[in-house]
Amino acid sequence: MTVAVLSGKGGAGKTFAAVNLAAAAGKAVYIDCDVEEPNGRLFWQPRGVTERPVTTALPVFDPEKCVGCRSCVDFCRFNALVYVKKAPMVFPEVCHACGGCALVCPQGAVGEQHRKVGVVEEGNRDQIHVVTGVLRTGEVSAVPVIRAALSAGLSRGDLTIIDCPPGSGCPVMESVREADYCLLVTEPTAFGLHNMAMVHQLCRLLGKPCGLLINREEAPYAPLEDYCAREGLPILLRIPYRRQLAQWGAEGAVAVRRDEALKAEFTRLLREIGGTAV
Amino acid sequence: MIVAIPVDEDQKSLCPSFGRAPWMMFSDTETGAQKILENPAAQAQGGAGLKAAQFVADQDAAALITVRCGENAAKVLKAAGIAIYQSGAPEAAENLAALRDGRLSEMTRFHPGFVGGQP
Repeated sequence: MTVAVLSGKGGAGKTFAAVNLAAAAGKAVYIDCDVEEPNGRLFWQPRGVTERPVTTALPVFDPEKCVGCRSCVDFCRFNALVYVKKAPMVFPEVCHACGGCALVCPQGAVGEQHRKVGVVEEGNRDQIHVVTGVLRTGEVSAVPVIRAALSAGLSRGDLTIIDCPPGSGCPVMESVREADYCLLVTEPTAFGLHNMAMVHQLCRLLGKPCGLLINREEAPYAPLEDYCAREGLPILLRIPYRRQLAQWGAEGAVAVRRDEALKAEFTRLLREIGGTAV
Repeated sequence: MIVAIPVDEDQKSLCPSFGRAPWMMFSDTETGAQKILENPAAQAQGGAGLKAAQFVADQDAAALITVRCGENAAKVLKAAGIAIYQSGAPEAAENLAALRDGRLSEMTRFHPGFVGGQP
């Protein structure tokens, strides 16, 4: 089973939920798709880490063969190509590496070069296989690194936990595509609810079953309770606002390893959504 | 010299966006001839600035007067040898007069653009 953990709003507790869920399961593959700030590894501190580069293709033009027909410029829907002063120009950060320009060039003047956009790290801690996507600082698109992290980690084990990026755009869609279940995480605040509702819509659109974890709850937040009742979103777990949890988080400790009651709660959640704990 | 100016729906006042301006005005400073063409980049999914810059270059413009311009578009315009001037007034006509009188200065600050703006 593959569970995606997402929240819309950043800082709601995705990594907290994903790490503790995997730790409660005992044996799991944990994939960090929050490639702009992959924090899961801080908790796991995986051993025997190997690193593989992630590259993306970029067109290169052979000036000898190019006749300036602009087929490539006209084809590119992202407008990553321009043709000025009798030479094609490519804008790497706009290019989506679709390869279309090479396909449409009647002169065979478009080749490919590969550009490193990040790395995928793999390591182990206890029975957790930790896969971490790391986007190179300054890169615009996280998608190639997310794809590489997923292809490294998916179908490696019975239970896979995907720690998704914040937001509800392309990187999130890419991260949840292969998930069997979406665990939404929110804080009981207007901001948390607003952004959680956005990803909830997205997951429903993609036909994924969803459940909610409410993090740092001091008291039930009526608009959130109303939303869940109205939209039929099951509330699977409520984590109270506790100083101790923040402290363990700051230490890089995995909370369920220090709190048996919390571990039992995560184990129950996992069972409820159809996953199994070792 | 042909001068390009991104203009709004009224086809008179400058559009603050270069890439997504609905119209592009091209004025020939020697003959006084003027044409207003639809900006093919206005509805682009992405890379509107790049496409608009390509369009301006294809119309053989030698100068562009604009409220603002992104870094990518500026690269294309520079490669095409097109001078980029900072607009000094809301109306296209006033800016053309100002350019003629040497009262416009070349743009030195370009915004990072909005490509990939959606997280």
